[in-house]
Amino acid sequence: MSYSEIQFSREELARYNRHIIIPEFGLESQRKLKAAKVLVVGSGGLGSPVLLYLAAAGVGTLGIIDFDVVDDSNLQRQILFGVESIGAPKVEAARERLLALNPHIKIQLYNEQLTSKNALDVIKEYHVVADGTDNFPTRYLVNDACILTGKPNVYASIFQFEGQVSVFNYRNAKGEAGPNYRDLYPTPPPPGLVPSCAEGGVLGVLPGIIGSMQASEVIKVITGVGETLSGRFFIFDALNFETRTFKISRRDDNPISGKNPTIKELIDYEQFCGMKTVEKPIKEISVKDLYDWQVRGEKFQLIDVREPHEYDIVNLGGELIPLATVSTNADRIDKDRKVVLHCKMGGRSAKAVRELEEKYGFDNLYNLKGGILAYIDEVKPELTKY
Amino acid sequence: MATVIIPTPLRKFTNNTAKIDIHAGTIEETVNELTVNFPDLRKHLLDEKGQIRSFINIFVGESDIRDLQQEKTSVKTDTLISIVPAIAGGNLKI
Repeated sequence: MSYSEIQFSREELARYNRHIIIPEFGLESQRKLKAAKVLVVGSGGLGSPVLLYLAAAGVGTLGIIDFDVVDDSNLQRQILFGVESIGAPKVEAARERLLALNPHIKIQLYNEQLTSKNALDVIKEYHVVADGTDNFPTRYLVNDACILTGKPNVYASIFQFEGQVSVFNYRNAKGEAGPNYRDLYPTPPPPGLVPSCAEGGVLGVLPGIIGSMQASEVIKVITGVGETLSGRFFIFDALNFETRTFKISRRDDNPISGKNPTIKELIDYEQFCGMKTVEKPIKEISVKDLYDWQVRGEKFQLIDVREPHEYDIVNLGGELIPLATVSTNADRIDKDRKVVLHCKMGGRSAKAVRELEEKYGFDNLYNLKGGILAYIDEVKPELTKY
Repeated sequence: MATVIIPTPLRKFTNNTAKIDIHAGTIEETVNELTVNFPDLRKHLLDEKGQIRSFINIFVGESDIRDLQQEKTSVKTDTLISIVPAIAGGNLKI
């Protein structure tokens, strides 16, 4: 349906009055919003404000794709959810909250992961995509799927105190597409080189600030009001309250939108991001076996490679040697008895095991599978989870 | 003296310093000077061949050095140099 045929009920006109009376916006832009279908990829820190503001603004159809469930550690920043949503699929909890905010809109849920298999089919149903995902493979997947389907991709990303926003693959009035994520970052960092928010943290209000800007860009893309961030890259540092906007351009060597594109269909993005490289297997121990060792009085050393503040929340009595300092503390790690290393979920301690084996030739190290969270789940549920 | 703005994820390699003044004529000299003073930064900024990594963007003022003269881009005393790495968000897998 063309936006010019869009009608509003009296309730809707009252609701959207503050938009309609803006001279540059008017009823026409409100009609465009109602006619628009926006896919929000990820309903976490960024997806929360994006969805809330787009629902409130009257975007007619919102698609939400996320396979996660609400966890209490989400509530520090994911303002779509409350305590009552803990354990529920995020998309379900999001729909309930958004329809309570605006019953005049339609919501389409995808309680699944966006993958190379489903991305084109899902994205082709929408006019605009808002990327608020939390990992590099999905960033490149969303980018490429938007290029292949010709959809604008409103991008935002956050880490600790810093946020980034841009609009990719946006066609201007002349029909020329702007730069995309691969023009800005041709390849992702190898795993382990850039810390994630789960390791490095994120200020809870930051996705609120950055996600609101993302929502604002989505509205501008839909309505054509103002000038979008296409061809520009915005960054915000909450710590110093500094903002910078850079110019970015299309690059001829872009493998999907350059002069000689080599990517003509979606690829394996985990492989592209180096996450499927074969790593030397390391010895692992299950939480049940660890408990067995503890009960039997087996001689072993337990090392905790998490950060001190995590140790303060909950610990298993291991010696605290944070991942970044394991090399300099290698002399504290026994070579003549078994050593179990653990972290929160098993990723950081695996890195520590590899580093110690490679640099110092340890052969007595075991990584605790699933980390302290698995231990709490399966052995000591009375301990505090975080 | 040009000023380099260090992004949050790399500040732990610069003693948490966000802005560093560098005496240098080009971006190449700037990166050299930075990695000499903060050796741990090196592997994050440069690959094994000594090239600036493709997930690190360097901007001089508001322009991408790839649109200027890459590492040979000249910097002046009042130039603001921004190092902006790719960031993805919260997933522990990465």
